Amino acid sequence: MAINKVFNSFQEAVADVKHGSVIFIGNFAGPGGTPFFLIKALRDQGAKNLTIVGNTAGGIGLTLDYDDHRILFQNHQVKKVIASFPFSTSPKRPSDAEKQILAGEVELEMCPQGTLAERIRAGGAGIVAFYTPTGPGTVIEEGKEKSYFNGRPYLMEYGLKADFALVRAWKADTMGNLIFRGTQRQFNPIMAMGADITVAEVDEIVQPGEINPNCVIVPSLYVQRIVKVTEKTDFPRHLETDFQVKEEV
Amino acid sequence: MAKERLSREAIAMRVAKEFFDGAIVNLGIGLPTLCSSFVPEGMQITYHSENGVLGFGRVVMDEDKAQWADIDLTNAGGQYVFPKPGMCFFHHADSFAMIRGGRIDIAVLGVLEVSEKGDLANWMFPGRGVGNIGGGMDLAFCAKRVIGATEHTTKDGKAKLIKQCTVPLTAPHCMDMLVTDIAVIKFTPKGPVLKEIAPEWTASEVQELTEAKLIIAEDLKEIELI
Repeated sequence: MAINKVFNSFQEAVADVKHGSVIFIGNFAGPGGTPFFLIKALRDQGAKNLTIVGNTAGGIGLTLDYDDHRILFQNHQVKKVIASFPFSTSPKRPSDAEKQILAGEVELEMCPQGTLAERIRAGGAGIVAFYTPTGPGTVIEEGKEKSYFNGRPYLMEYGLKADFALVRAWKADTMGNLIFRGTQRQFNPIMAMGADITVAEVDEIVQPGEINPNCVIVPSLYVQRIVKVTEKTDFPRHLETDFQVKEEV
Repeated sequence: MAKERLSREAIAMRVAKEFFDGAIVNLGIGLPTLCSSFVPEGMQITYHSENGVLGFGRVVMDEDKAQWADIDLTNAGGQYVFPKPGMCFFHHADSFAMIRGGRIDIAVLGVLEVSEKGDLANWMFPGRGVGNIGGGMDLAFCAKRVIGATEHTTKDGKAKLIKQCTVPLTAPHCMDMLVTDIAVIKFTPKGPVLKEIAPEWTASEVQELTEAKLIIAEDLKEIELI
């Protein structure tokens, strides 16, 4: 039977998220590459005691007014967050995560961004731990094994795995191959690698053979579920372009 | 009367003089981002951004936003940028492999405090007790050259170049150069060396606004922007 990973709704795609799950959520500084509709569906689904792994904890300065994963904190679904940029850049408008972290309701594990990315990649690649040059001599080294290689100190960091990855991509084929648009890519491909169930929110779903195999970014085996975005969002995007220019604009 | 200090743009201009043709450069959020406006003509700089883009164009200004603003093409500060021929995209683990792998020639970073040993502290929000490490720590540890760009003193007039940092470090012994609104300082094993000073300033006046003991360069000169 032909493989078809397409789900008809965001609700169905996250219906089986259990309490206490570890969730990777693709995001960076702005709205690009954030799976907004899957996040909303997870909020409505209501699973609690979640561990969220993402670059931010949602609702930072640049995304203050977006319903990104800040709504999971707002809805008190999170017990722990692993992030590199968890706090709002606007002191007058602390994020929900920030308030809950400072009140001791949510546990924070802050990682340098490169360490976070490599922990996610390593988890998906079957690497249990690795040594990074980033962090010795700072607060990041607390509680970690420090070793010297060629006279330079390194910290041991562990790979990260997740029960679910909620990722944003541009196009998928029905088998689950994904391609991305511009800087939307960020954490999404490596998060897809390391989760038991990866759910991709995409702009377009095509038949196998319609995506050039030379251009596939996430191979199909990493993706279990695909849902197409049908609602328009207010964010500026020009989906008719792919950022390929021959001359400087 | 208080002496005139360099503008933020002038600090950025002085930093940009450190760039070289073909350099791979990562600019931090804020003042460092301004450096891209002052690259000498004819010099090709390739900018790297943490969120997985190399070789992007300039920041999209308000008048161009209707046509060019796109949430899928931003720099690490979340600003919209223009596409450019030769630009490429990659995922976050690759982006930081480039950083830790030593492919970034120059990282220009903002500064909260710098110690006389060249320790950098720039990730805690002043007075809030919290902060974001973000991608700055990887850059400070692993870029080939780290240049700090900042005002010489805080808004309250306190020195930023001090004996020992009082807030959590971004990276120890990482600074190569500090460019401020009154001075250019190079970090050496012997200590911070005052290399250049703003017009009309004297070395002792710069020292008064600096807690760390400065070594005065034998060839101390006025800051030249062009």
